[in-house]
Amino acid sequence: MSPTFVGMPPFPKAAARAVDNAQLRHNLHKATHTIRDKRAAVVSEQPDWAALRAAGAGLKTRVLRHLDDYLEQLERAVERAGGHVHWAADGAEANRIVLDLVRATGETEVVKVKSMATQEIGLNEALAEQGITAYETDLAELIVQLGDDRPSHILVPAIHRNRAEIREIFQRAMASWGRPAPDGLTDEPRALAEAARLHLRERFLSAKVGISGANFAVAETGTLVVLESEGNGRMCLTLPETLISVVGIEKLVPTWQDLEVFMQLLPRSSTGERMNPYTSMWTGAAEGQDFHLVLLDNGRTNVLADEVGRQALRCIRCSACLNACPVYERAGGHAYGSVYPGPIGAILTPQLRGFSSELDESLPYASTLCGACYDVCPVAINIPEVLLHLRAEVAASGAHKGEKLAMGAARRVLSSPGLLAAGQRTAGRFRKLTPRRLPGPLAAWTDTRDIPAPPTQSFRDWWASREEK
Amino acid sequence: MGSRETILARVRSALADVPSAETPDDVPVPRDYQRSRSGLDLVELLVDRLVDYRAVVHLDPSVADLARARGRLMVPTGVPSEWLAGVEVVRDEPPLSATELDALDGVLTGCAVAIAETGTIVLDGGEDQGRRALTLVPDYHLCVVRRDQIVRTVPEALERLDPSRPLTWISGPSATSDIELDRVEGVHGPRTLEVAIL
Repeated sequence: MSPTFVGMPPFPKAAARAVDNAQLRHNLHKATHTIRDKRAAVVSEQPDWAALRAAGAGLKTRVLRHLDDYLEQLERAVERAGGHVHWAADGAEANRIVLDLVRATGETEVVKVKSMATQEIGLNEALAEQGITAYETDLAELIVQLGDDRPSHILVPAIHRNRAEIREIFQRAMASWGRPAPDGLTDEPRALAEAARLHLRERFLSAKVGISGANFAVAETGTLVVLESEGNGRMCLTLPETLISVVGIEKLVPTWQDLEVFMQLLPRSSTGERMNPYTSMWTGAAEGQDFHLVLLDNGRTNVLADEVGRQALRCIRCSACLNACPVYERAGGHAYGSVYPGPIGAILTPQLRGFSSELDESLPYASTLCGACYDVCPVAINIPEVLLHLRAEVAASGAHKGEKLAMGAARRVLSSPGLLAAGQRTAGRFRKLTPRRLPGPLAAWTDTRDIPAPPTQSFRDWWASREEK
Repeated sequence: MGSRETILARVRSALADVPSAETPDDVPVPRDYQRSRSGLDLVELLVDRLVDYRAVVHLDPSVADLARARGRLMVPTGVPSEWLAGVEVVRDEPPLSATELDALDGVLTGCAVAIAETGTIVLDGGEDQGRRALTLVPDYHLCVVRRDQIVRTVPEALERLDPSRPLTWISGPSATSDIELDRVEGVHGPRTLEVAIL
């Protein structure tokens, strides 16, 4: 099973390690630039993009400000259409609900469509502990699962792997999960995709239980929507007799008509296509399926309670902000220590987990505040604003003691002209003794900078001496 | 207190700042985007977009000729008989298993709506389309689009669709960009999508 993110070091440490990995940086640079260009091309094709973005932001804000009403509306609509609705206050409860549902079918294997929510709650691991194997079917998730790896991107979880690495993983691991890789497998993307098709074919055709997330849930009609590319989603959603969808409570949109906004915003922002190859929309028990919807909180109501931070819940998981971010491009996804990496992860993860670790406290600082993420966000989440807001929270919570001491000392000196002048004269007198490197924790600052030598005379002293003349 | 009540109570307390008199409609949603547009001829645009995503497109072909060339095809009951002259037809009666569908050469269907701007065909499980597995498991899909089913924009398409039906939106053949963001056609869904516009 994939290792989890527990016990990850704070962002700067993990990022420094990633930046040292030349292969990783090369893979990330190529991938993020490719998709960035594709997105820009299809967004510029859409003459009313700005208006769609404003509508998308407005609709999500509407849902969030009245989420209780919309959740109850969704529940009624799904049940009216023959589906069952379950509520999970946290990840453990969601895992328990899914486990019980799978057990009730008597099956020990399930097929899965790529889903951020089930990654977040560690569903595969929870099922494995109870003897149920979850097979990931999205190509990138398959690469991650076979490689015993962790996802590093929302849309393309194996973005950190290149074709040669993927070939090696397939050859090494496919046999222990099912049909082995074909003999003479090359590293051509076409050949690798074909190997995945063969590996999963039998599994799809015999699957009895499918597990998915959803991109959208329409409160008015109870319709769930899954966008995908490969057809693995359609396989998992259509062929099994039992379908279980784990959906975060923020995934709602008010009405059927509102999908007209999101079905334009999401494909162009995520894969940079006018439309993704396949989208499935179903309402309740479609074609006689046994359908279960698990509504997941798991920290989302914490995020909702923060008037500034709650806009993070508008996120439709397109990952445009990752692809645009200069920090993500260099540090990669793993450094963020969460299934939600990049700029959106930097504001979502610490809020979802409630600043539970040193890593969480470091995430709001994993940004240069350049604002590229805000520009590309299809629902106009002001990520820099939330980053600053969360930094203030971290600072107020008692973290960064050294910085606080230094700032306190600076305030005393800067607010007293006498102390300031004395300090400046002292610095000027000992200017020859200014060290090139600072000691201890301050050394990080001088790793990449020289300390400027203090001038022989301060401006005030110069001004005073000029008047004397 | 069950988790349903716990979550709803958490939501309500998180939203303490929202005035109790506020209704969802009070939250502004600017709808300045375009529901329709003018521009290139609809059919021309649809063909351009379909081809761009590697679908094979025919304008006013003989559907039966295209179908005959493909061998044993699943054909839902609502498909008009004039498309079927000489075609080796397989019916979903009684419903075929996934493995049986996998052994067929392809599937021939109509559609509900086509969206020109995005090159998208929407299936809604109508009589000429059948259940969702029929257009998923076989490796070849021949889809007939009538000119009066083509709209230009996504909003125009949603207006024509019924959310109570299971819907499948198809834009080109199955594809992936998971390896170095290179688009490769043909993973789990039909690897060949052929569209006949009538």
